[in-house]
Amino acid sequence: MSEISKPDVELEQEMKSKIRSVGGEFDSSKRSASFLQVDQEVKIASTRFKDVEVMGIRQAIEKYDWLDDYLWKAVDRKKDEYTKFVDVEDVNGYFIRAMPGAKVEVPVEACLYLRKLGWKQKVHNIVIAEEGSELNIISGCASHPGVTSGMHVGISEFYVKKNAKITFTMIHSWEKDIEVRPRSATIVEDNGVFISNYVLMNPVKVVQMYPVANLIGENSTAIFSSIIVALSDSLIDAGSKVVLRGEGSSAEILSRTISKGGTIIARGHISGESPDARGHLECRGLMLSDDGVIHAIPELQAKFPNVDLSHEAAIGKIAEEEIFYLMSRGLTRDEATAAIIRGFMDIDIKGLPEFLKREIDKAISLVEKEIIT
Amino acid sequence: MDILRAINLGIKVNGKKVLENINIYIQEGQTVVLFGPNGSGKSSLISSIIGNPRYSVYDGRILFKGRNITDMPTDERVKMGIGIGFQTPPKVSGVKLSDALKFCARIGGTEDKIDEYAKLLNMKSMMDRSLNDGFSGGEIKRSELLQLLLLNPDFVMLDEPDSGVDLENIAIIGNAIKKMLQRDKPQAERKKSGLIITHTGHILKYVDADYGMILHRGRIGCIGNPYSILDSISKDGYEGCIKKCLKFPNLM
Ligand SMILES: Nc1ncnc2c1ncn2[C@@H]1O[C@H](COP(=O)(O)OP(=O)(O)O)[C@@H](O)[C@H]1O
Ligand SMILES: [Mg+2]
Repeated sequence: MSEISKPDVELEQEMKSKIRSVGGEFDSSKRSASFLQVDQEVKIASTRFKDVEVMGIRQAIEKYDWLDDYLWKAVDRKKDEYTKFVDVEDVNGYFIRAMPGAKVEVPVEACLYLRKLGWKQKVHNIVIAEEGSELNIISGCASHPGVTSGMHVGISEFYVKKNAKITFTMIHSWEKDIEVRPRSATIVEDNGVFISNYVLMNPVKVVQMYPVANLIGENSTAIFSSIIVALSDSLIDAGSKVVLRGEGSSAEILSRTISKGGTIIARGHISGESPDARGHLECRGLMLSDDGVIHAIPELQAKFPNVDLSHEAAIGKIAEEEIFYLMSRGLTRDEATAAIIRGFMDIDIKGLPEFLKREIDKAISLVEKEIIT
Repeated sequence: MDILRAINLGIKVNGKKVLENINIYIQEGQTVVLFGPNGSGKSSLISSIIGNPRYSVYDGRILFKGRNITDMPTDERVKMGIGIGFQTPPKVSGVKLSDALKFCARIGGTEDKIDEYAKLLNMKSMMDRSLNDGFSGGEIKRSELLQLLLLNPDFVMLDEPDSGVDLENIAIIGNAIKKMLQRDKPQAERKKSGLIITHTGHILKYVDADYGMILHRGRIGCIGNPYSILDSISKDGYEGCIKKCLKFPNLM
């Protein structure tokens, strides 16, 4: 594999450690490609593999005429005030593309960073996995320590072509007065697989997002998993929607939400619109304090007789009985509580690469103390 | 040496008295079986000894190795050397059996035995499963015992280890308990003590006990040879056995 370009930017230490906390890795040998945008400026766009392209979206628009077929084709340009807000000259974002047949196990890293206090970051991303290719993306979105106010609005459009697979893991870490409104959508063709994982555990003012996957291909699959912790004064309205249009397509939406004083609206919607479509939705919530709200809204919709859709939803507190049981194995009350919370967040995500599981575990352990005490 | 002493112990659950004036004395190396009809308070007794906060001590006290543990948190009692095997443990989603085994081995200093004991109890294939989640009756018993073997307590309490267990499992379980309580060693060498609740007495085929007790309506009604008590219960029922025991205390 030839090295196409190398990141040689000097970054502040504080920024580096924040980026690391959302899955960032500065040892470039562990990443197939890297992208870093700070506020509106692309700082790093480099790739080590010739069959993975990574560049700023503006550069990609200049380079490829055909990108018009992808821009605003999955997400509706006029959807709401936020899509309109991003639809401007100085928008930036990443373009990531795996060439046909390229199976890139080493992850691509894409980080969007809010550096300036009060800045409103406008992002438009396009990700394309060409036929038969495989892409693992780890996307960290974070704000600089002390940048307590600002906004992040990001449009992401994913295209999973025939027999292709994208695993997209997004870890967020914001500050208490930041507003975050991603708008993303995915189109999956025949036998394509889209796996999306989302982790949010730090304070934030508002996160509101409702990514949609349109499974237009036969036997296509989408799996959305999210682990969300809402601390006091956070409002998190997050969910995913899958539209099963292709024959034999299937979807799974899993969420684990924990409120430690904050409000969470955990949405999920699966719509079965083709023969033999299957879908399962599972929302579980854990209330860790007296204030805070978890509102689970699982929705199923069938537009065909032979679809198979199901859901489970449960919200509760940690059972005293379980704490006592682990204490009878020698754990202190705090250790038992931590083990149960950790177990609660441990979603068994099919097809999730081991290193991503480690990144998620790392993000969990970073906030564990705050959650328990 | 004294292992366990319950002195005039009285226990309440949800404000209701379930045990009254209980006196128990178990020495190092001794194994005791506890009989009693459903609802007589057997599980409540061992729950209070391990310190389940739902079972509050309204009277008396519990001494372990000479120390008053009546108000001690459960994990500290466990660290002092008490172990418990539950009849119906809760499922703990996401916490794997292998995690629980590590917790136990950490206390018991048995980290190097996890694999060996898991094989012994035929639990190797269950390691990545969530604790007690969808476990069959036999798997629950084996999982509880496996955790206890690794916890390696000086005093172990078992709640009906032989109830609802098929013939194959009873042998595995019985032999594991025998090993845990050192009933395969000569009396003078035994250091481990046990309190085994049994409904059926099946366990006595594998594990011999030093004496037996009947708990009846929240009180201890009879103390004596475990085999004679079992025999008498099967002939005369619990009430009959207790009456006999009161009349001829030396027969048992
Ligand atoms: N957790 C509990 N909540 C309410 N009542 C209980 C609880 N545990 C035990 N009891 C009551 O205490 C009494 C003794 O029960 P238990 O100790 O389970 O008896 P055993 O194990 O001998 O069958 C019963 O009347 C039972 O209903
Ligand atoms: Mg019982």
